Amino acid sequence: MSLKIKQDHARFRDIVRGRIKDNLKKYVQKGEMIGKKGKEYITIPIPTIDIPRFRFGEKQQGGVGQGEGDPGDPLSPSDEGDGSGQAGQGEGKHILEVDVSLEELADILGEELELPRIQPRGKDRIIATRLKYTGVSPSGPESLRHFKRTYKQALRRQIASGSYNFKRPVIVPVREDRRYRTWKQVPIPDTNAVVIYMMDVSGSMGDEQKEIVRIESFWIDTWLRKHYKGLETRFIIHDAVAREVDRETFFHTRESGGTMISSAYKLCKEIIDADYGPSSWNIYPLHFSDGDNWSSDDTRVCVDLLKSSILPVVNLFCYGQVESPYGSGQFIKDLRESVGPEENVSLSEIADKEAIYPSIKQFLGKGK
Amino acid sequence: MHDKNTNLPARLHDIRVQVERYAREYGLDFYETVFEVLGFDEINMVAAYGGFPNRYPHWRFGMDYERLSKGYEYGLSKIYEMVINNEPSYAYLLESNMDVDQKLVMAHVFGHVDFFKNNFMFRHTNRKMMDQMANHATRVRRYQDKLGVEKVEDFIDRCLSLENLVDYQSPYVRRRADPKQEKEQTPKVAMGFKTDREYMRGYINPPEFMKEQQRKINAEKQRTKKVPERPERDILLFLLEHAPLEAWEHDVLSIIREEAYYFAPQGQTKIMNEGWATYWHSTIMTQKALTSAELIDYADHHSGTLATSPGQLNPYKVGLELWRDIEDRWNKGRFGKDYDECDSFEERRRWDKKLGLGRQKIFEVRKHYNDVTFIDEFLTLEFCIDQKLFTFGYNEKHQRWEILERDFKKVKEKLLHMLTNFGQPIIAVEDGNYENRGEMLLVHKHDGVDLKIDYARDTLKNLQSAWRRPVNLVSKLEGRGVLFRYDGREHSDRKVDL
Repeated sequence: MSLKIKQDHARFRDIVRGRIKDNLKKYVQKGEMIGKKGKEYITIPIPTIDIPRFRFGEKQQGGVGQGEGDPGDPLSPSDEGDGSGQAGQGEGKHILEVDVSLEELADILGEELELPRIQPRGKDRIIATRLKYTGVSPSGPESLRHFKRTYKQALRRQIASGSYNFKRPVIVPVREDRRYRTWKQVPIPDTNAVVIYMMDVSGSMGDEQKEIVRIESFWIDTWLRKHYKGLETRFIIHDAVAREVDRETFFHTRESGGTMISSAYKLCKEIIDADYGPSSWNIYPLHFSDGDNWSSDDTRVCVDLLKSSILPVVNLFCYGQVESPYGSGQFIKDLRESVGPEENVSLSEIADKEAIYPSIKQFLGKGK
Repeated sequence: MHDKNTNLPARLHDIRVQVERYAREYGLDFYETVFEVLGFDEINMVAAYGGFPNRYPHWRFGMDYERLSKGYEYGLSKIYEMVINNEPSYAYLLESNMDVDQKLVMAHVFGHVDFFKNNFMFRHTNRKMMDQMANHATRVRRYQDKLGVEKVEDFIDRCLSLENLVDYQSPYVRRRADPKQEKEQTPKVAMGFKTDREYMRGYINPPEFMKEQQRKINAEKQRTKKVPERPERDILLFLLEHAPLEAWEHDVLSIIREEAYYFAPQGQTKIMNEGWATYWHSTIMTQKALTSAELIDYADHHSGTLATSPGQLNPYKVGLELWRDIEDRWNKGRFGKDYDECDSFEERRRWDKKLGLGRQKIFEVRKHYNDVTFIDEFLTLEFCIDQKLFTFGYNEKHQRWEILERDFKKVKEKLLHMLTNFGQPIIAVEDGNYENRGEMLLVHKHDGVDLKIDYARDTLKNLQSAWRRPVNLVSKLEGRGVLFRYDGREHSDRKVDL
C-alpha cells in the first residue's frame, strides 16, 4: 500500500506553516505544551485546524465524568474533553501517559520549533580527552581480554577443525583465539554554560506576566541543558535595586516601586566577572520585563553596560518583553535602536501565552 | 479481490480460526471478516482515513495522520484495532503487536462486526462503502484535475463546516408525506359536517365553525407553499434541492452528505458498540482463548482500555459496565414492577430470582437500542453510584473546570443531553424565502446552552457561499433572542422576540 496520505499531510503542514490557504490560518490551534508537570509527564502539542461548525460554547456545556472527588473539586486542565461521542470511526486508541525525559522533551521542542542546534563557542578548544572502547583486535593486554569474543572464536575454530565434542563441550582457547578490546581517544570540548535570568519584579509585573516568564524560562532551560553538560543557572530580580536570589524566590517575589534596569545589568556583569570567565564559559543572560524603565537616563546606562561589558563576553543576550497593562513598553524600542543589529542580541515581545512559542523560536532560532 | 485469509501469516490465521469459532459458539452473528496486517505507518493512514484504504484528497486526513503518527512516535498512543462496517468487514491488525494482543483484537472485532450487522441503527448504511469511498475519491480527484486543487478543496472545507447539519433520525422515519397521497387528501373549500336536512345545516355547521375550518385549510395551503414545508433538519439536503450549485459542487456536497450519514450510526452507538466489543473480548479471552502465559499481558492491555480520567467518559468502560449490569440484572430478575417498587435497600441488594435471562437480554438490547435509548433505559441509580459518575462544568469565578454534582437525575440528564443529536445544537431551515427575498432563515432550538458565537458566524459565512443569498440564524444569547445575519459582505445581529 503506497502512502497516499503523504500528500494530504504535506498540504496540512503547509496550511499550518501559513504557506497556503490564509483563510484557515485563524483556525490553527497550537495546543499547550506542558500538560501536567507535577507527575513529570507532558502532553505533546500537535497543531490542529478546527473547522468552524455550529456548536455549543464549551464553558456553558460541561459534561459527565467518572472518578473520585467532591462537588467543587477542580478537574486538572488536561482532563477537559467534550466526552461526547464524536462521529466515530471504529478505531480503538489508547492514550498512554508516559514519562518524557527532559532530553526527549528538548528534542520534541527542537523539532516543533525547528530550532537549529547550538554551536557552542570554543568548540575548537579541547580541554580534555576521554577513552572510549570502540573495537576488538587480536592483540592487547590481558586485562582487556574480551571473554565472550575469545570464547566464540575458539568455539568456531574447534567446530571447524572437528575437535568439538558436544557431549563434553569443553572449549580451550589458544593464543590465536584471543581477542582484546581496543580504545580511541575522544576529545571533549568545553561545554560549560551559565544562564543568568533577570526579571523585573516591580509592581507592574502581575502573576500572568510571571507565568509567562516561568514557562518560557523552563523551555529555554530545557533546550540549553540538552546542549551543555554542566548548565548553571543564576537568578537576579530587580526593581529599583537588584539582588541575586534562588529559583523559588525568583518566580514568587513581588516587589513594588520603581524600576531601574541598569541595576540588574550591573549585577549581571559582576556575576560574570566573578565566576564565569568568557574563555571557558558559554554565557546566556536572559532578561524579562514589562519594558517600563525609570528614566531614559537609566536606559542609556543599560545600553552602555550592554555594549561595553556584557555583549562582548556572552553568546547571546535575550530580552523578552511581556505585555502588562501598566508598562509603556518603551525599553524594547530603545534596545532595538541601540543594540538591535548586534549579532548576539535577540529581542522579543510576548503579548500573551500564545506568543511564548514564537518567542522561544526567536530566542533560540539563532543557533547560538 | 481478497481471498479470505491469504493476508494473514499462518500463526495469525490459526488464532483467527480459533477465536472465530469461540465467537460463533457464543452466538455472535457477524459478516465475513477480512483481517489485514499493517505496519504502523499504514495503520495510521488507514485510521486517518476513517478505516478506509482510499478517500478523497483532503488536508484534514493529513492532520489526523500527523496526530496519530506523532502519538505513536512519542509513545503516547497506539492504535490496536480498527474495523469498518462493510460486507465483508475489514479489520486491521498492527504488525508489531504481540500475539496475545492480536487475539484480543480479533475477539473485539468480531464483537463490533456482530453489532454492525445486527443493530438497527446500521440497517440503512451502505455495506459496500469500501467501494463507494473509492468511487468518491475518484470523483473528487477528477474535479480537482479539471478545476484545480485549491478550488475544490476550498469547497470541501466549506461543506465540512456544514457537515453536521443533517437529520440524524431521517433514515429511520418518514419525514415527508407521499406527494400523491397529499394531493388527493387536501380539500380546497371547507365542507362542514354532512347533513340530509338542509334546515339543520346552520346548526350543525354554524358560520363561525365554517370560518374556522376555512382558515385552517388556508393555513395548510399556505404551509405547503412554503419552502421547506416543515422546518428541515437536513440542511445539506435542503441545499442540494434548492441552492443554485454548480454540477460539481452538487456532487461534492452529496458525497460529503452521504459519508456523514454513513458514519453517523457509529457515533450514535459509540458507548453500546465499544462496550459490546469489550464485553466480548473479555468474555472470549478469559473463558476460552487465553493461555496462562498470556495472562499478564492481557490484563495490562485490558486495563489500559478501561482506564478512566476524571473529565472524560471512557465509552469502553461505561459501555462494558452497563452491559454487565444489564446481564446481571436480568440473570437475577432485578427488573419489572416488583423490583422497581421494592424500597427496602437490603432486599434489593439480595434480590435474586435466578432467572438466568441475562445473555438473552443483552443480545436483544444490542439489536434495538442506540446510545440515547440505552442510557435512558438502563442507567440506574445504583449504576451511577457504583461507577462514580458526576457532572462537571466551568466555574467562571475560579477559572477552572470543577465537579458539579453527583445527583443521579442530573448526571443522566446531562449525559442524555450530550448524546442527543451528538451533543450538537439542533438547527433547522425554517424558510428558504425569508422576507420574500430568497434569504435563508435557520432557527436554533435553544435548550439552555448558547452557541459558540465566533464559530456560528463563520459557519453562516460558509452557508451563505453555498446559498448565494443572505442567510439568517435565530438563536438565543444569554436568554435573549438574537438574529445573526450574513449577507455576503458583512455580519450583523439584531435582537428579536421569540
